[in-house]
Amino acid sequence: MNATPGFVSLRGVTKRFGELEVLRNVDLDVAEHNVVCLIGASGSGKSTLLRCINLLEQVDEGTIVVDGQEVTNGTVDVNALRRKIGIVFQAYNLFPHMTVLQNVMLAPRKVRSLSREVARGTAMELLQRIGLADKAHEFPDRLSGGQQQRVAIARALAMNPKLLLLDEITSALDPQLVAEVLNLVRSLTDVGMTMIIATHEMSFAREVADMICFLDAGVIWEQGPPAEILTAPREARTREFLARVLEGGRM
Amino acid sequence: MHQILHLFADPFAFRQVLPDVWSGFLINVHMMLIAEALVLALALLIAVVRGLPGPAAKPLRALAIVYTDFFRGTPLIIVAYAFIIGIPGLRYAGISGYSNEVYGIAALTVVYTAYVTEVYRAGIESVHGSQRMAARSLGLNYGQALRYVVLPQAIRRVVPPLLNDFIGLQKDTAIIGAIGVIEAGAQANNYASEYFNFTGFLVAAVLFIYLTIPLARFTDHLIRERELRERAAMV
Repeated sequence: MNATPGFVSLRGVTKRFGELEVLRNVDLDVAEHNVVCLIGASGSGKSTLLRCINLLEQVDEGTIVVDGQEVTNGTVDVNALRRKIGIVFQAYNLFPHMTVLQNVMLAPRKVRSLSREVARGTAMELLQRIGLADKAHEFPDRLSGGQQQRVAIARALAMNPKLLLLDEITSALDPQLVAEVLNLVRSLTDVGMTMIIATHEMSFAREVADMICFLDAGVIWEQGPPAEILTAPREARTREFLARVLEGGRM
Repeated sequence: MHQILHLFADPFAFRQVLPDVWSGFLINVHMMLIAEALVLALALLIAVVRGLPGPAAKPLRALAIVYTDFFRGTPLIIVAYAFIIGIPGLRYAGISGYSNEVYGIAALTVVYTAYVTEVYRAGIESVHGSQRMAARSLGLNYGQALRYVVLPQAIRRVVPPLLNDFIGLQKDTAIIGAIGVIEAGAQANNYASEYFNFTGFLVAAVLFIYLTIPLARFTDHLIRERELRERAAMV
């Protein structure tokens, strides 16, 4: 742990949508090979924070550095940056007109300019690893939500990202499909993938996170090891939030 | 009644006029095929230009809007007159020396490109933004996301309305005939003036319908297939 501190580093990040401040003066450091979980209610700014890191959103103030490169100064090559940052969305966003295999192969072929054979080999290996090699030639709408989300993860992994952003990837899934997706994410922590995960799955966060950040109204109120944040939070807001989650039976 | 049948559907006249109308009809089909190919390509280009982001592309977007507004609003027959009578009248060496058929195809192309641009644009806009976002997140640039993710989905969705426009285009090739291309309608008209018998129009109509009905049924089939697929995807 903490081999390269500040692999991702946010300083004073503020993001507004019109009048609304969705992120306020956010500081965050993620070391290489670490997993950070963002928790907080819907609308607390978790997704926006992730989307600022791969420049799907422009920050209004502050700086974000990824892998030693400042991404917020306006001169960064957006496409080059996104090559090393994978993101997986709540709604999977697979390409419905392509087969599973084509979904996974597209970016390696077109962005990394790999040959068809090499891209196909890597993609099949990945599909093997996520247990969906037999679905390679199916279209996404033939797959369950959990399977689709695993393909979306494979599609991101096919670019060999140095950082993976997971945006509530189990929130749209039926409860019985959540485990297969979380198991896949768990296996990524084993190989040392650096990840920032926005999630409502508290027990999962407790298990995989090196650090948990609690967000509310665009502010990171506290961050620390899971045991500390989830068991003995200092902030009243965090306690309230966790109490509500407990009531909802998601603990 | 007998008089009407004799004038519009006389069996003898039918056989007599068929070869001429048929040879004219081949010109309709010829114009239609070339115009459709040109329309498909040009309209896609203009639809893409209209969707270009950023302030730098503003003049291009404006040009595309002016083009579609102008030619969608102008009746085909006026554009056809302008091309078939007007351009040769200019006596410019480069563009004034072609056959009426070429000008007719050009008129059909510019007018239908305006319609089809809107069809493509509707298709492009119907692809959810999250698709483009997912593509861009993988590192694909704007053009790649458009080429590999947005356009294939957009075009698939607009195939039925595209085919509908092409049925219109097929029929409108006869408007070119009214101005100076001896296609099916004009052949029927020649026959009518010579023999005072209008059966040629029936022949032409039947030929057009023969061409349109399969296309119409094919369009229906595609729409039904899509509905089934979408219903299957929901369960």
